[in-house]
Amino acid sequence: MSGVLNRRRLLLAAPLGVAAAAGVGFWAMLSGLQDGSFNPRGVPSALLGRPPPDFALPPVEGSTLPGFASADLRGLERPSLVNFWASWCVPCIIEHPQLMALRAEGVPIFGISYKDRAPDALQFLSRRGDPFLRLAADPPGRVAIDWGVYGVPESYILDRQGIIRWRYAGPITADIMNEDVKPLLRRHA
Amino acid sequence: MRLLLPFALLPGLALAAFLPADRLADPAAEARAQSIGREVRCMVCQGQSIEDSDADLARDLRRVIRERLAVGDDDGAVRGFLHNRYGDFILLRPPFSLATALLWATPALAFLLGLVLVRRRRQSAGPAPLTAEEQARPEQLARR
Repeated sequence: MSGVLNRRRLLLAAPLGVAAAAGVGFWAMLSGLQDGSFNPRGVPSALLGRPPPDFALPPVEGSTLPGFASADLRGLERPSLVNFWASWCVPCIIEHPQLMALRAEGVPIFGISYKDRAPDALQFLSRRGDPFLRLAADPPGRVAIDWGVYGVPESYILDRQGIIRWRYAGPITADIMNEDVKPLLRRHA
Repeated sequence: MRLLLPFALLPGLALAAFLPADRLADPAAEARAQSIGREVRCMVCQGQSIEDSDADLARDLRRVIRERLAVGDDDGAVRGFLHNRYGDFILLRPPFSLATALLWATPALAFLLGLVLVRRRRQSAGPAPLTAEEQARPEQLARR
């Protein structure tokens, strides 16, 4: 008799248990959303833990900065940032001060000008400042596809061996700087 | 008739304008490209395949697929090309791996759970047999 009763109770409790589990799950997602550790639209890069794809890109026409190739990203003096950007990209403007700050700290930033016209790209840099150590042009956006880029701005942190450790699709804001970029640069220094 | 001819040519012209980079002239190869493209996610709009999307990147990827086919890749190699660059997320039908095992197994798990529940219900169906006391009760009532 008590066995049947116990089972009743268990069955009654089951939906509550499911609701509780779902609640905990949602709570975890929401708190992750708040502190930035969970991004429902974020997509992990297929290149994490791997070296960048093979490529060789020319400089932006009219720029004094040289272009670069995958070989230039191997054996770096310190962890570096690779940044895909364009002058027509509004979030790139939001991100720009953070790149300038990184540059001021001596972090090497390799810029790739994505589907942009050279004069526009250069005008953007002369107006807002040039954070780049090198600047390559990818007008057709084909090297970007090899990196798995799906929108600008997109940034990658490479460790000193040139292995990709982090990818972020979207503008690097002050929060992203403090929570992700700086700790990662320190860890791989 | 002569007057109508230019109009008859119009659809063809429209098609030609559409053709250049992201459509193949060979209908069989184009059909293959489209069937691959329908299973490739547009990373920008995320809910659409690249065949359905107007996004810039979708057009580039349609072009990439057709270029790979033109150099002789088979369908699997084309998908592999994209998968190597963009990961599982680009395939609308994600491949089976350790990370996606739960995703794929969920329908089977749900079915098994249902089976177990149904069987247990069947087994426990029917009230418990009457005790001797309960069997005697109606007779007692009738005698009154």
